[in-house]
Amino acid sequence: MQKSVSIKDLSLSFGAVNVLENLNLDIGEGEFLVLLGSSGCGKSTLLNCIAGLLEPTGGQIFIKNKNVTWEEPKDRGIGMVFQSYALYPQMTVEKNLSFGLQVAKMPKAEIDKRVARASEILQIGPLLKRKPSELSGGQRQRVAIGRALVRDVDVFLFDEPLSNLDAKLRSELRVEIKRLHQSLKNTMIYVTHDQIEALTLADRIAIMKSGVIQQLADPNTIYNAPRNMFVAGFIGSPSMNFLHGEIAEKGGKPVFVANGVDFSLDGYTAGERLQAGRKVVLGVRPEHVKVNEDIPGADLHQATVDIEEPMGADNLLWLKHAGHTMSVRIAGARRFAPGTAVRLAFDMGLASLFDAGTEERI
Amino acid sequence: MAETVSIKPGPALAAATRAGIEPRGAKPRRALSGRNIMLYGTLIVAALYYLLPLYVMVVTSMKGMPEIRLGNIFSPPLEVTFEPWAKAWATACTGLNCDGLSRGFWNSVRITVPSTLISILVASVNGYALANWKFKGADLFFTILIVGAFIPYQVMIYPIVIVLREMGIYGTLTGLVMVHTIFGMPILTLLFRNYFSSLPEELFKAARIDGAGFWQIYFRIMLPMSLPIFVVAMILQITGIWNDFLFGVVFTRPEYYPMTVQLNNIVNSVQGVKEYNVNMAATLLTGAVPLFVYFVSGRLFVRGIAAGAVKG
Repeated sequence: MQKSVSIKDLSLSFGAVNVLENLNLDIGEGEFLVLLGSSGCGKSTLLNCIAGLLEPTGGQIFIKNKNVTWEEPKDRGIGMVFQSYALYPQMTVEKNLSFGLQVAKMPKAEIDKRVARASEILQIGPLLKRKPSELSGGQRQRVAIGRALVRDVDVFLFDEPLSNLDAKLRSELRVEIKRLHQSLKNTMIYVTHDQIEALTLADRIAIMKSGVIQQLADPNTIYNAPRNMFVAGFIGSPSMNFLHGEIAEKGGKPVFVANGVDFSLDGYTAGERLQAGRKVVLGVRPEHVKVNEDIPGADLHQATVDIEEPMGADNLLWLKHAGHTMSVRIAGARRFAPGTAVRLAFDMGLASLFDAGTEERI
Repeated sequence: MAETVSIKPGPALAAATRAGIEPRGAKPRRALSGRNIMLYGTLIVAALYYLLPLYVMVVTSMKGMPEIRLGNIFSPPLEVTFEPWAKAWATACTGLNCDGLSRGFWNSVRITVPSTLISILVASVNGYALANWKFKGADLFFTILIVGAFIPYQVMIYPIVIVLREMGIYGTLTGLVMVHTIFGMPILTLLFRNYFSSLPEELFKAARIDGAGFWQIYFRIMLPMSLPIFVVAMILQITGIWNDFLFGVVFTRPEYYPMTVQLNNIVNSVQGVKEYNVNMAATLLTGAVPLFVYFVSGRLFVRGIAAGAVKG
C-alpha cells in the first residue's frame, strides 16, 4: 500500500516528561487509522505533532513522502476536527467554512463552489447563514468537519470529535463519518478513547499506553488476538476474563491449571512451546464461553450463577468458577436464576494465553 | 450503548411526592426581615457617607460668594448661578495665566487618548503573544514584566527624567505619553494574557490549521472575541491616566500641564478671597471625565460579558 503518513522515531517531551518516545507508524493511502487509549497516553499529542501544532523533540514526519517535520500546519495538507468543535464564534457557518480559503487568497468563485459542495455532502446548506451559537452540538461538529472538507486535504485528523455529543448523536455521526470516509477515500487519523468508535470505524487500530503503541492491527485481530494483557483488557466490554494459573502436562499434551481445575488447551495455537510449570494467564472473552452447550473437544466445567444482568439482546451472567468470578455473555432469551448450577465449555480457539510475568501473548 | 444515566431521587423528594406536596408558585419573600433592615440600613449609610461630600460640592458650586459666606454648607442654593462653572472653565487664574481649566482639559485629552490607545494596542499584542505563541523564554519575560509592576514609581522618576532628557523629549507631550504607555504595560499585559489564555486553545489551533498567521489570528479571531477585556483595559487606562498628577507635573512643562495639575494650581493660588464655588466647580469638571467613562462603558462592559456568556 502507498504510504500516506509516515512517522519515524518521533519523540516529544515536555520538560523532563517524555510523552512520546521513538514512535514509528506508517499509515497507508486512504486508510482509516484510529489511535485508541485512555487519557494521557499520548494519542492527542501524536495527532498534534502530525498536524504541526506541536513541535517534536526528535524524529521526523512525512506526509505524501514529503518531509513536513518543520512545515507550518497549513502546508501539510491536513484538516483537523476538534472535540470542542472550535468554530469561530463571531462568524457565520459560511464564514467559518471559507475562512481558511480566504486566508489562502483563493478566488471567490472557487470558494463558493467548495463551500457549496461541502455543505451538500454534510447537509448543512440551511445552516450557512447562522452563527455557531445557534447550532446544536451535532450540527456544530458537522460544520467543523466541513471546514476540513473545503480545504481539500490529503489527510483528515479527528481529535475525539464525538466525545462532546450525547450517545444517540454520537452513533449517528459515527455512521456519517464512516460514510464520508467511504465516499472520499481520504486518509483519516482518528483519536478516541471509545473502543466502540475504534472498532466500528477503523481499518487499523493503534492502541497506545504511556506514549508507546501496544498493538497496531485491524480491529478483528486486536479483538481476537491481543498482543498483551493491556490490549486484551482495554478492548471489550465487559472485559476479558483473566484466569491466573500455570501450564501442566497431561497425557503428553499441555493443559492449563487454575486452582486445581484443568483446562484443555486443544484448539489454541501457541506461538512457542508451552513448558510445564510456566506461570500463565488465560484470557477468555465473555462471549467465548458456552453455557450448557458443548464444544467438541472442550472440557466441561461446573459453575454457579452469581448475578444475572439482562441487557435486552444479551444476557450477562456473572459466574463463580474454580475460585474465579467470570462474566459470560449469552443470548438475551436464555435466563438463569442466581444459584443455578451450569456447565461451561471454553472455546480455546478464540482464547488468549499470556505469560504471567511479561504479560505478553504466548 | 454503554451510556445509561440513572437518576436516584433522594428519600426526602420521594416522601414529598408520595404525600402530594410539591413546591408551587414563586418562592415566598419577606420584605421587612431583620436581616434586610440591617443590610439595607448599612448600604444606605455607606451611600450617604460617599454622597454627602458630592452633594456639598454640587450645591456650593452653584452658590454665589455672599451666600457661601453665610456658612450653611448643606443648604441648597437660594439663587442658582452657573457663573462659578464658567469661571472655572474659562477664566480662573493659576498665577501664570488666566484661562481656567480649559487649557488643562485639552492637554489631558492629548495625553490620555494616545496613551490609552498605544498602551492597549501594545499590551494586547503582548498578551496574545505570551498566551498563544509561547516562545523560548516567554515565562521569564513575563515574570520580569510583572516584577516591574511592583517597583514603586517614585524610585524611577529621576532616572526617567534623565532618559527623557537624553532622548530630547523631556517636557513634551510625547515624553509623557511614552511614560504612561510604559507604566501601563505590566498590568495591561497581565490582563490580556490571562484573558487570551482563557479562550479555548482549540480555536487558536483551528485558525493555524486554516493557515492564518500571527496577525490574522489576532485581528480576525481573537479581537472580535475580546470586547469585554478591551473595555476593562480602557476604563483602567483612561481613569488612571486622567487622574494622574505626579507624572504630569514631573515630566511636562507648564503649558502642557494636564487638568489635574491645572486644578491644583487654581485651587492653591491664593489671591485675596478663596473662591470656594469656583474651586468646587473646577473639581467637579475635572472628575467628570472618569465619571462619564464609568457610566458609559460600565454598561458596555456588562453587555460584553453577557454576550460572551451566551456564546457556545
